[in-house]
Amino acid sequence: MKALMFGWEFPPHILGGLGTASYGLTRGMAQQPDMEIMFVIPKPWGDEDQSFAKIIGANTTPIVWRDIPWEMASSRLEKYMDPQEYYWRRDNIYADFSYMHTNDLGCIEFSGRYPNNILEETNNYSIVAGVIARTYDFDIIHAHDWLTYPAGLHAKSVSGKPMVIHVHATEFDRSRGKPNPIVYNIEKDGMDNCDHIICVSNLTRRTVIENYHQPYWKVTTVHNAVDPLNPEIEAIERISNVQEKVVTFLGRITMQKGPEFFVDAATQVIRKTDNIRFVMAGSGDMMDQMIRLVAERGIAHKFHFTGFLRGKQVYEMLKSSDVYVMPSVSEPFGISPLEAMQCGVPSIISYQSGCSEILENVIKTDYWDVDAMADAIYSICTYPAMAEHLKEEGKIEVDNIKWEDAGLKVRKIYDSLIGGQ
Amino acid sequence: MKTICFYFQIHQPFRLKRYRFFNIGRDHYYFDDYANEDILQQIAARSYIPANRMLLDLVNHYDGKFKVSFSISGVALEQLEIYAPEVIEGFRELSKTGHVEFLTETYAHSLASLFDPEEFHNQVKLHADRIEILFGQRPTVLRNTELIYNDDIAEMVYDMGYTKMITEGAKHVLGWKSPNYVYQAASQPNLKLLLKNSRYSDDITYRFSNYNWSEYPLTAEKFISWIETTPPEEEIFNLFMNYETLGNIQLAHTGIFEFMKALPRFALDKNIGFCTPSEAIDQHEPIGAITVPNSISWSDEERDVSAWLGNKLQKSAFKALYEIGERVRLCTDRRLKQDWLYLQSSDHFYYMSTKHFGSGQSQFSPYMSPYDAFNNYMNVLSDFISRVKSQYPDTVDNEELNALLTTIHNQEMEIKRLQMELKKVIGTNEELLVEKNKKKTK
Repeated sequence: MKALMFGWEFPPHILGGLGTASYGLTRGMAQQPDMEIMFVIPKPWGDEDQSFAKIIGANTTPIVWRDIPWEMASSRLEKYMDPQEYYWRRDNIYADFSYMHTNDLGCIEFSGRYPNNILEETNNYSIVAGVIARTYDFDIIHAHDWLTYPAGLHAKSVSGKPMVIHVHATEFDRSRGKPNPIVYNIEKDGMDNCDHIICVSNLTRRTVIENYHQPYWKVTTVHNAVDPLNPEIEAIERISNVQEKVVTFLGRITMQKGPEFFVDAATQVIRKTDNIRFVMAGSGDMMDQMIRLVAERGIAHKFHFTGFLRGKQVYEMLKSSDVYVMPSVSEPFGISPLEAMQCGVPSIISYQSGCSEILENVIKTDYWDVDAMADAIYSICTYPAMAEHLKEEGKIEVDNIKWEDAGLKVRKIYDSLIGGQ
Repeated sequence: MKTICFYFQIHQPFRLKRYRFFNIGRDHYYFDDYANEDILQQIAARSYIPANRMLLDLVNHYDGKFKVSFSISGVALEQLEIYAPEVIEGFRELSKTGHVEFLTETYAHSLASLFDPEEFHNQVKLHADRIEILFGQRPTVLRNTELIYNDDIAEMVYDMGYTKMITEGAKHVLGWKSPNYVYQAASQPNLKLLLKNSRYSDDITYRFSNYNWSEYPLTAEKFISWIETTPPEEEIFNLFMNYETLGNIQLAHTGIFEFMKALPRFALDKNIGFCTPSEAIDQHEPIGAITVPNSISWSDEERDVSAWLGNKLQKSAFKALYEIGERVRLCTDRRLKQDWLYLQSSDHFYYMSTKHFGSGQSQFSPYMSPYDAFNNYMNVLSDFISRVKSQYPDTVDNEELNALLTTIHNQEMEIKRLQMELKKVIGTNEELLVEKNKKKTK
């Protein structure tokens, strides 16, 4: 079985959870012996791991015919792919796009991030998808998140193959219930016209059914999983002093993540204790507001901001923490508590996050229940049995949540769609 | 002659209210009165009251040929007295018939027998006293919390003056042996044991209304025929169950009350009698010894104590609780002593069990998760411990404190004695003075 996947991010160059999740799933699915995956992303960097999936760059796919000598193609593209493929793709240009802004290879440049003209990028991405869908042979299309839905739909209309969309988040999650109508329309169009919808949690599934008016039988939940830690990360040591406990919030400081509830809980705990410190790691549009809030509450002496952490720093932060808190207001899945559990950090998560549906050895509270959150933080820092139990049982639990199993569930959906044709 | 020995357990814990860490040191009342009252009254209405009425009718109707026994934990008795005194009244009437036996157990429905022999001893005594006051009979048979039993407990129980005890007929202990005999404890042969017949008991408690059970529907006639067809040497059938089986676990509409009403008629027809645990033990000689090195109970498939002390959370909370025990016993504050009992109920530890993950949280737990249960309990316990510690200076250790308290106590007695003496002297002096004056006036 050959699957054509459309994604936006791919490790090691990731900006959020989407990249990690689509990567994990792809790897998990690649374990099936007869599974071949082509993964399209806007802009490969050339250092992606291609051992289990073939990476196709939208920015190396021409949409305007240019006469390029082999030497030029190979010198420019060797890093990313077999230059021959460039010519194959070039043979499949399906319309005259010479009015568009393209580079000397006839390709559109992509930022591969989330720029202000993101709508234009998604549109361009879908134009490129037309070429890719004509060039390659595949059995099913799988599009990750709204940015890639137009591309997936285009590929479907060109090839007539069934299309699955994978909802890692909806506009309702990102905007706390006030969706941008343009984005909503793209999402709804994707859902209406695809053949099956995969959601990362029952919470998201409910949103899709209720807010996007999808029939329930078309929507299936496949919970995310987590990759095992690599030994390099496993070896990171704790850096912090022994007497004080560290409570960490780690993620984008945005409305969706509920950072103000973390500050409120911290205020309660700091008033009552003297050995607990709080760290808010990450950056985001609410960061300045949070800094002001912390100052107003008069807890700045025990509350720290680290700014954006990348790569290994994330794990250093986690490994140095005694408690991980994710008070998300609306989290489709939320992979970071699983990572914290892998690092042996007891976690507190909100019921409003999708991962709370599958995790048992964590403490769950409502995101707005600041008292309960403060109480849980206090408890983990004060009663050693609580911390130890969560640490040990949590690690065992999370080690059994594997992408392979998620991959098998997705495969079942593929099979049912192809069998049905 | 075959006999059926019914024993019903009644227990309700004092459930804790939501107690956050910022309450520690500020709020010393721990219990959720609303929930406790609500739950108790519901169960009383559904189960205890109609069941009491039915059993009283049966005992009267069969004129003593039908007998039952009860064990009611001290904390349940207290709640019944507060919230449903008519239930206590019902038990009193049952007791007056002379055909109903009350067993003794740990007052707080606690796990003290596993860790704190002194506390175990105190609670059993407290409970036996309470039963005697309420129902006018001194219990002679001991039932440990959740039928927990092991060889050490056997010795403790015998040392407390009991020669009769009931426990679980756990398969892994009995092996090929039948629970339908009287046994003796291997570690203390003078302690005789009655073992629960798990199959027949659970048939009524759990399977009675299960449509998927091959024996559904269970009629009194069928049930009695099972007992009748057992080997003739097997004479005692111990049906030990939660009293809530009648009306709450098996709701009234399942026909459980009708089943119970019909049972004596079919039994007596087939010459199967009824007896109380003490009669069962008195009338039979033990046929063998039971060795139980590891604790057993009547809970879960494993029949061990893992439901209460299976994980780290439970063990650590349990340890923290009993570490303070010695000091609490030195205190005299009555509220403190009462809280100490209420906090020992095994239920608090049961709520912390992580065994039931996946199969849905335990239906009895008022908490969302075991972690929630642990957290709340530990907050309460922290406050309780600080209250205990504030009674006497922390720097004095228990032994020294005990000595000091004894000295103080002795001195108090001495002072009292001297005061009495002084009074006497003054009294006689006054009398002399009065007499003198009388003489003078004459």
